[in-house]
Amino acid sequence: MGMTSAQKRGFGATLWDWLTTVDHKKIGILYMAGGGFFFLMGGLEAVIIRIQLMSPENNFISAGLYNEMITMHGTTMIFLAAMPILLGLMNFIMPLQIGARDVAFPFLNSLGFWLFLFGGVLLNLSWFTGAPDAGWTNYAPLSIQSPGHGIDFYIMGLQLSGAGTLMGGINFIVTIVLMRAPGMTYMRMPLFTWTTFVASILILFAFPALTVGLFLMMFDRMFGSAFFDAALGGNAVIWQHLFWIFGHPEVYILILPVFGVFSEVFPTFAKKRLFGYTAMVFATFLIAFLGFMVWAHHMFTVGLGPVANSIFAVATMAIAVPTGIKIFNWLFTLWGGSIKINSAMLWALAFIPSFTIGGMTGVMLASAVADYQYHDTYFVIGHFHYVIVGGTVFGILSGLHYWWPKMFGKYLHEGLGQLSFWTFFVGFHLTFFIQHFLGLMGMPRRYWVFLENQGLDTGNLISSIGAFFMSFGVIVFLINIILTTIKGKKAPRDAWGSGRTLEWSISSPPVHYNYKQLPLVRGLDPLWIEKMEGNKNMTPAEPVDEIHMPNGSILPLIITIGMTIASYGFIYQTGNKLWLIAVYSGMAIALISMLTRSLKDDHGHHIPKEELERIGD
Amino acid sequence: MSHDHSIDPKNMPKDPSKATTEGKHKFMGLWIFLGGETVLFACLFGTYLALRNSNAGGPTTQELYGLGLVFLMTVLLLTSSLTSVYAIYHMKNNDFKKMQLWMGITALLGIGFLACEIYEFAHYIHGYGFTFRSSAFGSAFYALVGFHGGHVAFGLSWIITLMVRNAKRGLDLYNAPKFNTFALYWHFIDVVWVFIFTVVYLMGMVS
Repeated sequence: MGMTSAQKRGFGATLWDWLTTVDHKKIGILYMAGGGFFFLMGGLEAVIIRIQLMSPENNFISAGLYNEMITMHGTTMIFLAAMPILLGLMNFIMPLQIGARDVAFPFLNSLGFWLFLFGGVLLNLSWFTGAPDAGWTNYAPLSIQSPGHGIDFYIMGLQLSGAGTLMGGINFIVTIVLMRAPGMTYMRMPLFTWTTFVASILILFAFPALTVGLFLMMFDRMFGSAFFDAALGGNAVIWQHLFWIFGHPEVYILILPVFGVFSEVFPTFAKKRLFGYTAMVFATFLIAFLGFMVWAHHMFTVGLGPVANSIFAVATMAIAVPTGIKIFNWLFTLWGGSIKINSAMLWALAFIPSFTIGGMTGVMLASAVADYQYHDTYFVIGHFHYVIVGGTVFGILSGLHYWWPKMFGKYLHEGLGQLSFWTFFVGFHLTFFIQHFLGLMGMPRRYWVFLENQGLDTGNLISSIGAFFMSFGVIVFLINIILTTIKGKKAPRDAWGSGRTLEWSISSPPVHYNYKQLPLVRGLDPLWIEKMEGNKNMTPAEPVDEIHMPNGSILPLIITIGMTIASYGFIYQTGNKLWLIAVYSGMAIALISMLTRSLKDDHGHHIPKEELERIGD
Repeated sequence: MSHDHSIDPKNMPKDPSKATTEGKHKFMGLWIFLGGETVLFACLFGTYLALRNSNAGGPTTQELYGLGLVFLMTVLLLTSSLTSVYAIYHMKNNDFKKMQLWMGITALLGIGFLACEIYEFAHYIHGYGFTFRSSAFGSAFYALVGFHGGHVAFGLSWIITLMVRNAKRGLDLYNAPKFNTFALYWHFIDVVWVFIFTVVYLMGMVS
């Protein structure tokens, strides 16, 4: 099977295969494609924002549209671009790294993807009738007062995609705990698997807070409850707490997986084992733990009082310690290594100084007293784009270049890769470095215009020019993908020649059951160990025998369609009760599909031994 | 490798619900899920604690709550947790009929609990005009207790579906994990109620 035979089939059969797939590799690709599409949407919104702010008192878009633009840019990039692309990488790579044939719950994996995709599409459909406009943080009471249905789309869209993400998190945890190959002890797991594990724990404990927040917001806006209504005793700060109890771990959900990516890329291209593996694992857990203790640093100016502010300030600064441990470990990994520079490595190398700048401004912001000056200025915008673009986006691009040959069997073009790196890298610093100073000079965030001759003109122009450089880099990357897909250089199993982990021991792209025989893991960097002992490949841990695999199913898609119809109904039933028909019929579709899944036995299927021996591996 | 999932009584595994890979996955998956559920309820508890005195001139917690009904509800739900333990005990001994019997009793007790809760809500709404919309306290009360009630309702439809679906074919390695995960979920619902009983009703009576 695999992708080659899928191409030989008709279009209809191929489409059906992708709609019903429960293969973690295909779902990973779907996640990345969906996330990539939303990344382009969010990027377009960013460019529109920067055109509006290119000159003082610009009239490119109206104030109302500008509010929608910033809200959708932030929401799209966080929930629909960065996180899904990371979930895609985790989905594709993590089971390969632990020597598994699929994830623990393949059906749930598919359901999670479709929920993300339809949640994202639902949110973006709001563009036709009025998008959400209360900022990506959607603070009450602004969001309660916002007219139209924009905020309702935000609520239902994020509720759907959030449910999908939670399913993904649970799935990854169970997969890593229960499905590791023989010999793959916890402390032999690759760092990317570790960070997938820890990020999944963060998803598990962070997303329910968002779920509750969105429910309360939904009840207030659609059913007349009074959680955030001060007139009836409600309290708008509850939203802020719930949002940031989710929202701060969320930024670690975005950064920890790419820490894992860098911890794979550096050893591979420095031909050295990762420096301080144990410390790296420990630091990952410490960051995750502290990540739950710091949410109120987003709320220093709310008035929680000096004691609360001090505690959260100190906890926040403490995160710099494990993060610093990681930065130094990467540097020591490079130290004395036989370094090979290519696109994957360039993104990783550029990450270190860029992210460190973001971390440093983070410590500045952590100081509660100083934060009264920085709060809601472009200093904050500069800070979090340095960590999210300089960290997460650089990491995603590094990981894509690194694993592309494994995922698609072809290398990305090196020259185009470097061109997109340099333009994006220069554009990134051009756009965001100057924003720190704009912020310090008092430019507030979320304003659609600034006045002339206040010292903000040049800085904003430079920032906007940088955005065009970044766009150019993204376009070159897209061209790279298209050209490579048409005629890319074929990749062998150990695509970089210096692969250390299990995924490089199987064909590129892997067969749909990944491993004909599960590998025997004899230590950290198992493939490297075998190569150093003169073995061509992994030693199998089992004889060739039939393999049990899950069946594909269309039900996850149908459940999701039902829930999307119901969500649409919820949004519009406030105006016209006839929309309740959509609510009930959507719910009915979803529930009947779930019941079908529950009542109909699905034992999966077996790939016979003879077929495995015929195919080879 | 055998493809036959039914249990041979003479050669029964120790715990049919965890004898298969899938059973192990499901059991752990549900445990992890309950970790997320804990946060969900923690957030609702936090919201309730912040808003429980914001009654906007409506009835206070002391005026509303009566411990008699709540005591009955607590007895019903706690007992149902015990009966589900009996059911799982019989499942592990491959006694399908007794498992169905105890699961049935569990479901009946759950239905009794839910009936009391519906009566309680109706009483508040009609007797005191205390609704989801009347104050922030009202919103927070019905959200927290209602979410729990919704979980009970979901658990009931889950176990009834399982019992009906498997009534004729008995226990096998494929459906044993399903009963087991239900029991685990049901215990969680029970634990949440213990907290609601304490934080909402007991603390509401004294403060």
